[in-house]
Amino acid sequence: MSASVSSPSLHQLRARHPLLVVALAAVAWWLVYRQLEPLSFAIVGRLPLAPESHLAGALQFFLYDAPKVLLLLTGVVFLMGVVHTFVSPEKTRSLLAGRRVGVGNAMAALLGVVTPFCSCSAVPLFIGFLQAGVPLGVTFSFLIAAPMVNEVALGLLFSLFGWRIALLYLAMGLLVALVAGVVIGALGLEGWLEGWVRELQAAPVVAGHAVGQAWTWSERVDSGVAHVRDIVGRVWPWIVGGVAVGAGIHGFVPQDFLAAFMGRDAWWAVPAAVLVGVPLYTNAAGVIPIVQALLAKGAALGTVLAFMMSVIALSAPELIILRKVLQPRLIAVFVGVVTTGILLVGFAFNHLL
Amino acid sequence: MKHIKVLGKGCMNCKTTLARIDERARKLGVEVELEKVEDMADIVRMGVLSTPAVVIDGVVVHSGGVPSPAAIDGWLR
Repeated sequence: MSASVSSPSLHQLRARHPLLVVALAAVAWWLVYRQLEPLSFAIVGRLPLAPESHLAGALQFFLYDAPKVLLLLTGVVFLMGVVHTFVSPEKTRSLLAGRRVGVGNAMAALLGVVTPFCSCSAVPLFIGFLQAGVPLGVTFSFLIAAPMVNEVALGLLFSLFGWRIALLYLAMGLLVALVAGVVIGALGLEGWLEGWVRELQAAPVVAGHAVGQAWTWSERVDSGVAHVRDIVGRVWPWIVGGVAVGAGIHGFVPQDFLAAFMGRDAWWAVPAAVLVGVPLYTNAAGVIPIVQALLAKGAALGTVLAFMMSVIALSAPELIILRKVLQPRLIAVFVGVVTTGILLVGFAFNHLL
Repeated sequence: MKHIKVLGKGCMNCKTTLARIDERARKLGVEVELEKVEDMADIVRMGVLSTPAVVIDGVVVHSGGVPSPAAIDGWLR
């Protein structure tokens, strides 16, 4: 990609007609995407393997799935990079300032999905929200939704399971963020913030702020490309590795192997999955191919969703960062409330579906 | 001389931002005084929500992500 982008003519074209270049890229993307499945069969067909063998099945699965997932993820991440140019954290903050409980929490959870967020700036963001008069519970709704419902998780779910499961994950993630924020807000725990945070909340801002310039479409497209380079460039080895593991399980582990202990009838499967998931820390890219394999072999959807949410939403590095602003007991409440929400989602799904 | 602060706590993007501003300033021959601000309370006091952020002569000109070389040139001129 870098070679073609740096050639001067394409660069000029992208600067002058950014949307035309995006449209052309989308057409090329679609043409490649449609060829993936026949291509994977053609390659496997030429190898000296029995067409019905486990190895041929696993290999075809890998050759089709790995590029498919990477292509879909690239598309979703690009779109999100463009969306990010419309929603800055500053804009989100001013939308949320002074909002009431309920409406504010719902908005915060939704904005958490589309606002650019990096857990490395969780602390200034957290305090900045409180300074501007965003209620504590609303701030938490944002902080829970932002990492849990991210474009990598949604893009992978969409490419591996289809839009229904992706939408379901989106809805459940928003619900957990909304309810957990309302509960934390209702408990009135402002006093459990660290002392320096409460002092700063009242302190005036000491620096001036330059007026942000409006984005041109060329810059929005650049932002999308940069986002793809950053995210896909970082997670692709995870995806290829995860799909390879998934392909192995797909080809070799018997169907319904997991049904006995991760199936719908095992009530303890949900809490067990969450207990394992909370201390586990990996990004969505690492966990979702595993999830796919679990589901294919008979694990229940609710159990698997709960596992995935607990791995992504609660992570030790983020808790360590938040520890700077939250007293330990508030951290405990935060973890407790979010975990409870995830458990309920898991149970509800196993019962309803 | 411009006084430039890069705000952010030790993340990779912050270091890249600092190095890039230094590089552009040398290239353009602009004299700058570069400072790295890592203290969270100081960062928060400047009203910055996402890091790395860039402050030039007391004004926040950028926040969230590594600024492009073109943007940096714009601030330095």
